[in-house]
Amino acid sequence: MRSNENVHEGDGLMRKLAWLAVAAIAVIGAGTANAQQTPRKGGTLRMTAPYAASFGSLDPHVTPRAQDDIVGKALQRSLYNWDTAANKLTLELAKSVSASADGLTYTFKLRDDAFFHNGRKMTADDVIFSFTRIMDGSKGYPGARYVRLIKGAVDVEKGTAKEISGLKKVDDYTLEMTITDRVDPGYYFFGGSTAILPKEEVEKGNYASNPVGLGPFKFKEHIPGSRVVMDRFDKFYKTGQPYLDKLEVLIMAEAAARDVAFRNKEIDTSILGPAQYVAYRADPQLSKGILEVAEMFTRSMHMNLNSNKPFQDKRVRQAFNYAIDSNLIISRLVKDKAYRATSWLPPSSAAFDKTVKPYPYDPEKAKKLLAEAGYPNGFEFEWTTSQNESWGLPIVEAVIPMLARVGIKAKPKLVEVTVLTEILMKGDHQALIASSLTGPDSLATLRCYYSKTPRTACNYTGFNNAEFDTLLDSAAQEGDMAKRDEILKKANNLLYDEAPVWFFNYNKAVLAFQPWVHGLQPNPTEITHQYPENIWVDASSPAK
Amino acid sequence: MLLVLGRRLANIIPTMLAVVALVFLLFSVLPGSFISGMNEDGRSTIDPAVMERMRKEMGLDDPLIERFAKYVAATATGDLGISFRTREPVTKMLAGRIWPSLKLVLAAMTFAILVGVTLGFLAALKPGSLIDTAAMVGAISGLSLSQFWFGLMLMYLFALKLQWLPSFGYGDGGLRNLILPAIALGVGPMALLARTTRAAVLDVLNADFVRTARSKGMSERRVVEWHVLRNALVLVITIVGLQFGSLMGQAVVVEKLFAWPGVGSLMVDSVFQRDMPTVQGCILMIVLFFLVINTLVDLAYVVIDPRIRYR
Repeated sequence: MRSNENVHEGDGLMRKLAWLAVAAIAVIGAGTANAQQTPRKGGTLRMTAPYAASFGSLDPHVTPRAQDDIVGKALQRSLYNWDTAANKLTLELAKSVSASADGLTYTFKLRDDAFFHNGRKMTADDVIFSFTRIMDGSKGYPGARYVRLIKGAVDVEKGTAKEISGLKKVDDYTLEMTITDRVDPGYYFFGGSTAILPKEEVEKGNYASNPVGLGPFKFKEHIPGSRVVMDRFDKFYKTGQPYLDKLEVLIMAEAAARDVAFRNKEIDTSILGPAQYVAYRADPQLSKGILEVAEMFTRSMHMNLNSNKPFQDKRVRQAFNYAIDSNLIISRLVKDKAYRATSWLPPSSAAFDKTVKPYPYDPEKAKKLLAEAGYPNGFEFEWTTSQNESWGLPIVEAVIPMLARVGIKAKPKLVEVTVLTEILMKGDHQALIASSLTGPDSLATLRCYYSKTPRTACNYTGFNNAEFDTLLDSAAQEGDMAKRDEILKKANNLLYDEAPVWFFNYNKAVLAFQPWVHGLQPNPTEITHQYPENIWVDASSPAK
Repeated sequence: MLLVLGRRLANIIPTMLAVVALVFLLFSVLPGSFISGMNEDGRSTIDPAVMERMRKEMGLDDPLIERFAKYVAATATGDLGISFRTREPVTKMLAGRIWPSLKLVLAAMTFAILVGVTLGFLAALKPGSLIDTAAMVGAISGLSLSQFWFGLMLMYLFALKLQWLPSFGYGDGGLRNLILPAIALGVGPMALLARTTRAAVLDVLNADFVRTARSKGMSERRVVEWHVLRNALVLVITIVGLQFGSLMGQAVVVEKLFAWPGVGSLMVDSVFQRDMPTVQGCILMIVLFFLVINTLVDLAYVVIDPRIRYR
C-alpha cells in the first residue's frame, strides 16, 4: 500500500515538472516560429468560435462573453492588452503611463496614431465617452464592474452625476485617471467589455450591426449564427500589421463537426475537447499543430463552510484533498487535458509558487484527519454538479468511490450548468464542483476568499481566516508590485493549506492549427482570444 | 373555400395564445436566469451590482402576471420584445434566421418527397420484390437513424473522403452548402413517406374502383396515373403536411451540427442562455409555421379530393 502511494506522489511531481516543461516549450515554440520566418502578407485566416451557436453581440460593451471577444480582439482595442510572450499586461492604446506617489492617479499618454475604422483619430474624449457609456445606470453593461474602479464612476451609475470625476482630459492625447483602490488598472481595462468606441458611431443607434473600432480588422459582414468576416484595416497603428487580408470567424459549436471540418482543411484553427485531444496527439500529422496552455481557470469543488458543519474543520477539508486521486482522474477521465491544481491561482500568475507540492493521494492520512476531526466514520454530504465532461458528473462519479473508501458518502445532485453561479451566490449547496476564472488579477482573484467579500460577489465557500485577511490587506497596501506578488504568494499558499476547496485541475486549453498558420499565441487568459495582427498564413493555405 | 380558410385562420389565434402562455410559464419556473447563464461554463463572470442592474433593465424583477400581460400585449402588436443577450429586437433576429430555415426545410422536404414517394410507389407496384424489400429496409433504417450521427456520416463521406461538398456552414447560401444538411434533415420524413406511400398505394390498388377500371380495359398506366396516384395522394399529403410543419422544429440538431444559421440553432442557443424573449419568439415562429402549413394541407384536401367537405 505504502509503495503505491509513493508511486502516486512521485507521479504527481514528475507530471507537474513535465507539464511545466511542456507549457514552456509551447510558449517558446510559438515565439521561435515567429522569429525564424518572415511573415507573409495576405491570405485569409478561418478561425472558429466554439462556445455557442451564435454571437451575443458585436457591441463589446453589451457582452461579457468569451465567444464574442474572439471577434472583439480583431475589431476592438482597449487601453491594455495581454502580452502572451511576456506573460503580463501591456499598454495598448497608450504609449506610456505614470502613477502618482499614492498610486491612485494615473496619467496616460495616449497613442496619437490610433484610428477608428471610420478614419477618425482616437483621442482622450473617446476613452471618457466609452467609460461613461459603460456606467450608464439605466443599462447593465458588464464592464461597469471594472470602470467602477474610477473615482466618481459610481455617481454616474447612480445618476447623481453625468461625468466621471476621476477622468480628466489634459489634452487630446493625455488622460488623467484617478482610481479608488491601489490596484494595477491594467487588470481592469484590458478586456473587450471596456473597449474604446467612437461616440459618433455608437450614437447612430445600430452599432452592433455595424461595429467600428480601433482593431486591426474592420467589419465586413455578419451572418448571425454563421460567421463574421473582417478585412484588414490599413491604418492600424502597429507598423506592417496585420499581415492577413481577411479574417473569418466561423461559428462551430459542435466539436465533432469541427473535427471533420479541420481534417478537411475547411478551418484553420479548432478548439479540442478531451476525446479529440487524444486522437490528435496520436496522429503523426495533426500532432504537429497543437498549441497548449494552462488557462486561468481552476476547477474545484467548493465546500460551503456555512451550510455543512464538517467542512468547517480544516482537517476535513484537507482529508478531501488526500482522499481523491486527482492524477488518476486527470489522466483517465480528462485524458490529460488538464494540469493538476497546486493552488487557487494558476501557473501563469506571478504569485504562483512553483515549489508547492500537490496533495498526494493518501487515503490513510485522509482517514486519520477525519478521525482527528471527530468523524472516524465519515459523514454524508450533497454534491451539486453539472453535466460538464471535464468538471461535472463524470468526475463526481469517479470521486464517489474514492471518498467512500475513507467513509465519506457523497450524494450527487445534478443541475444545469447555467444555474451553477446562481446556486453558489445563494449558498444553496453543501458542495459544488465548478470551473472558476482565476486570473489574471491575482489580488482580485484571492479576494474571493477575503472574509468581507460577500458570497454574492464570489466568496462561495464562506471562507473566513484572519491571517489570510491580513495578508490580503498588506498586499492591497503594497505599491511595489513585486513585493505585492510575494505577499499574494503567501496568501495563495495559505489558502492551499486551508483547502476550502478540493483543488482539482487547471484547464489545459488546446488549440489545433493547420501547418500554414503562424503567429498564434498560447494566451492563458483564453486561448481562443488571439490578437490577430500577429497571425499570418504561408502560401500553402488553401483559403484565398 | 373562403369560409373554410377563415375558420382555420381563426383557430390559429387561440392556439397561439395557449402556446404563448405555456412557454412563458415554463420558462418562469425553470431554474436559472439569463444573467447566471452568462457564466459560459465558468468562462465569464459578472458582479452582483451589474446583475441587479440587468435584472432591472430587463424587467426580470417585475411580478409574473405583470410581465405576462406586457408580453401578450406587445406580441399582439407584433413586438416580440428585446433579446436579453443581444439587446436587439427579437423580430429583427428572427427575420435574419427565417430564410435559411425555410430554405433548409424546403430542401429537406423536396428530398423527402422525391425519394420517399418514388420509393414507396415503386415498392407498392411490385410488392415482395427486391425493390420493395430494399425500399422498406431503407425506410426503417431512415426512421431509426439519429440525425446527428447520420449528419456526421454524410460529412465524413461527402466532405472528408470524396471532397464533393463542404462539411459545414452557410457559405453564400447556395446549393453546395445546403445539400448535406437537407439530406440529414430529410431522411426521417423520407422514410416515413416511403412507408406511407407504399401502404396507401397498396390500399388503393385493391379497391373496387381500380378493379372496375381494369375490367373496363383501361391501360395499367392510366389506372395508376388516374385512379391510384390521385387517391393515394390524400394520405401522402397528410404526412407531407405534418412532417413539413414540424421540420422547422426538428431542424435544431441539424442546424447546430452543420452550423446552419436557422431558427432552430437560435432557439437552442437562447434556451441554454435563458434568453426568454428570443426563445418565445422562436417557438412562436415554429408553431405559426406548423399551423399555417396544416391549414394549407386542409385546403389542399378539398382541391385533390372533391368528396371532402368541411362544415
